Amino acid sequence: MSQPVKVGLFVTCLVDLFRPTVGFAAVKLLEEAGCEVHVPVSQTCCGQPAWNSGDRDDTADIAKEVIKAFEDFDYVVAPSGSCAGMLSKHYPELFEGVQVWDERSRAFAAKVHELVSFLTDVMGVQSVEARLDATVTYHDSCSGLRELGIRAQPRKLLQSVEGLELKEMNNANVCCGFGGTFAVKYSDISNAIVTEKTGNIDKAEADLLLAGDLGCLLNMAGKLRRSGSKTEVRHVAEVLAGMIDTPPIGGKG
Amino acid sequence: MNREFILEKLGRNLKNSTPGKRESNALERIRNAPGGILPVQPRTATARVAHFIEKAKEAQATVAVCASSGVANAIAEWLRSHNLPKEVRTGQDNRLSALHKAKDSILTVKQGPSDGSDLTGVSHAECGISETGTLALLSGADNPTSLNFLPENHIVVVRRSDILAHYEEIWPRLRKRFGKGKMPRTVNLITGPSRSADIEQTLLLGAHGPVRLHIIVTED
Amino acid sequence: MHITSPQFKQNAKAALADEQLQRSLTHVRKNFIDKRAKAAAALPEFEALRDNAAAIKNHVLENLDAYLEIFESNVISNGGKVHWAATAGDARGLILDICRKAGARTVTKGKSMISEEIGLNEFLENAGIEPVETDLGEYIIQLRGESPSHIIAPAVHVNMDQVRDDFRRVHTHLPPDREMSEPESLLKEARGILRDRFIKADVGITGANFLVAETGTTIIVTNEGNGDLTQTLPRVHVVIASIEKIVPTLEDMSQIMRVLARSATGQEMSVYTTLSSGPRRKGDPDGPDEFHVVLLDNGRSDMLGTEFQDMLRCIRCGACMNHCPVYHAIGGHAYGWVYPGPMGSVLTPQFIGVEKGGQLPNASTFCGRCEEVCPMRIPLPKLMRHWREQEFSGHLTPPAQRRNLKAWAWLAKRPKLYHVATRLAARGLWLLGGRNRRTGFLPFAGAWTRHRDMPTPEGSTFLAQWRKHTGAGGNAS
Repeated sequence: MSQPVKVGLFVTCLVDLFRPTVGFAAVKLLEEAGCEVHVPVSQTCCGQPAWNSGDRDDTADIAKEVIKAFEDFDYVVAPSGSCAGMLSKHYPELFEGVQVWDERSRAFAAKVHELVSFLTDVMGVQSVEARLDATVTYHDSCSGLRELGIRAQPRKLLQSVEGLELKEMNNANVCCGFGGTFAVKYSDISNAIVTEKTGNIDKAEADLLLAGDLGCLLNMAGKLRRSGSKTEVRHVAEVLAGMIDTPPIGGKG
Repeated sequence: MNREFILEKLGRNLKNSTPGKRESNALERIRNAPGGILPVQPRTATARVAHFIEKAKEAQATVAVCASSGVANAIAEWLRSHNLPKEVRTGQDNRLSALHKAKDSILTVKQGPSDGSDLTGVSHAECGISETGTLALLSGADNPTSLNFLPENHIVVVRRSDILAHYEEIWPRLRKRFGKGKMPRTVNLITGPSRSADIEQTLLLGAHGPVRLHIIVTED
Repeated sequence: MHITSPQFKQNAKAALADEQLQRSLTHVRKNFIDKRAKAAAALPEFEALRDNAAAIKNHVLENLDAYLEIFESNVISNGGKVHWAATAGDARGLILDICRKAGARTVTKGKSMISEEIGLNEFLENAGIEPVETDLGEYIIQLRGESPSHIIAPAVHVNMDQVRDDFRRVHTHLPPDREMSEPESLLKEARGILRDRFIKADVGITGANFLVAETGTTIIVTNEGNGDLTQTLPRVHVVIASIEKIVPTLEDMSQIMRVLARSATGQEMSVYTTLSSGPRRKGDPDGPDEFHVVLLDNGRSDMLGTEFQDMLRCIRCGACMNHCPVYHAIGGHAYGWVYPGPMGSVLTPQFIGVEKGGQLPNASTFCGRCEEVCPMRIPLPKLMRHWREQEFSGHLTPPAQRRNLKAWAWLAKRPKLYHVATRLAARGLWLLGGRNRRTGFLPFAGAWTRHRDMPTPEGSTFLAQWRKHTGAGGNAS
């Protein structure tokens, strides 16, 4: 037998704070796929809020800590396309031409994957052992979709969930209007965008909305609950791991 | 003064090369004129012409095929089918000599540029491009540019053997004919009749140019 | 043009409340996107053409001064004149001179964003020369005293009823009871009115989609045919184009042309692509006697050799705004200057200063759809982020925002303290959410909770639970 694959789980700050269940679901899925999961407890955040606010210095400080904490694992996996995109695409951009860190960040970036695409594309997972009698609709979060090309992978694994029926919404690939601090800085525009999104979610008439990024999920769940929609909201990993005892994000519809 | 100011600033900001190097880069590319990516098109002439016709129709042009001697009759027939007067304006293009010689009983043919009062203009194209059903027309006394735009109806004759696959095939022909770096005053690439979607994104034909574009492909 | 970019937030709010505008924007949200997707899918070589188009423009930018000089000498040998304008004011002055020398009273105009950029119409009017916009959309907004809200569909914010009212108001010589119920009748009316203006104009001004160095050729790409009538009928043709419009050869132009219409309107080819090389020749029965090209810099040379150089590849197709959720929500006028949408959010701070235009690159979710569809592969989100960096390092970021960010970053760099803070927050927010697991009110987060609830945490953080779960305080499981 070869050595087990050592995976460092980058929990993400939002999962850590708002939705630990997603973290445990990620651990379960990774272990079921045969990985040895490690969670460096010094981790905080990927630095995206600083990066997208134009604060390169703080981003670099935070990024260096992340790289140091994770670079010895075979792989680094995050249950978020947005954070995985930050680690794998933007760290090398941030350190371009910076001595030592240029190379080091690129070597680190090559190990980084988003959770669901890691399971399918790297670990070769074809199906999951889970059951859910519900109709679900899936929102493609922007960074995962456009920076990492995640589209087919979550759908493929969801199809293997017993009892689950996937109902596609219109414009599943259009932004939900979250955009990190955008949702607060430009809350009126963000509201218009998420209203369009939740309109499409409602029209899909699914029991459950799933996505791979907690930021988007908090935004859409917040709007769905405020508007009295029936559709409940979960991270895709919770369903794939069969961990649906925790109440849905933002409570029941 | 502006000229030197701008060029100097450009040169300053292009700090990784010398002016001489940039000039030779530019002259070399112009000399070689690389063709780039050419979309796959039908191989045989027959298939290419069929594709040209299909694409032109997709762009809302109408198309007829006839012998080069039959152009006057084909035009007269098209005018009749649209209830238009049997009168056209055209240039001096020799390839339209059959039209110039047409009897008044078939068609009244006026020559020269349009002043805006003509209902139908007739031009001869330099070539057609099968990729998108596009026509290439050259300015001059043979085919006055105003005929392409002022009359409500534009009839364009193109020889079957002049239907090419790609835009990139037009330019070597023009270089051969006019000399390297030289062009006719105007080259019009025309794909279908004039249109606008500026009112509520509703597509309407006949904005400022022709309402109808009729293409006659001549067998030679 | 009056700049309202600093009031972007208020503009956006007003746009969101404008029901008529919101109805008009539904056309953008659907039509452009579907058509582009279809056109791109129908051409197997589309992605390779995008790569090549971007490579051609990169090559041009790296050798821009050389190409401009070659272009200039070829225009001159074609019998045309080239005028260099460093600033918008220089360009306006040069054009006015040409018009005055031609004794012009009216000039017809083809659609040109450069003309908007330099504020040409207002300037000519003040100088006693009447500019007549001839593109249907431009004509409509000129009647309304507005600026374009989209770079290829300038009147996309206007509905048919408004066009009808404007035509009634202005075309007073026409019978008041004329048929005006369909878009066709409105188009016909505009065609009739403008036909007369084309024939009587003294000077025609067009923009250019391409300038071909090899032959000294200027190129316009249109659908209506107005640009051709504008440049063919008057005695003088003036082309106003910015310096980055250069392509080396006709072959290179053909390559970029293939991605232009497909990205813009979803057409495989625009109706009229017109190549102009100088004035009327001996024996020509028509065409202008004079041919002038005004080459505008207006700050573009400053972008060369900087992180914004990629933006100079832009071919003004409008695909970025057609696919932008922010543009879809608020339309083009809210951006407050000439260029809206993602390309405008990169260009505006360059042209009017980041102090005035800085809101625009901030008002993006970075969803990346603009970059995904840009035929010239311009990394628009990255360029918007560069503006945010300039704002941050220049201390232009709003102070409160900067303080919050700095406080958060300070904490994020101290894991032990950070984890204490997140444990407290997880607990506090959990208590606030109660059994509903959400809250409609959150101190300091009114911007969020005004429009939506805030889902609340599960009670303790993942890392706290993980420590308990593994019984370790160490670095790994």
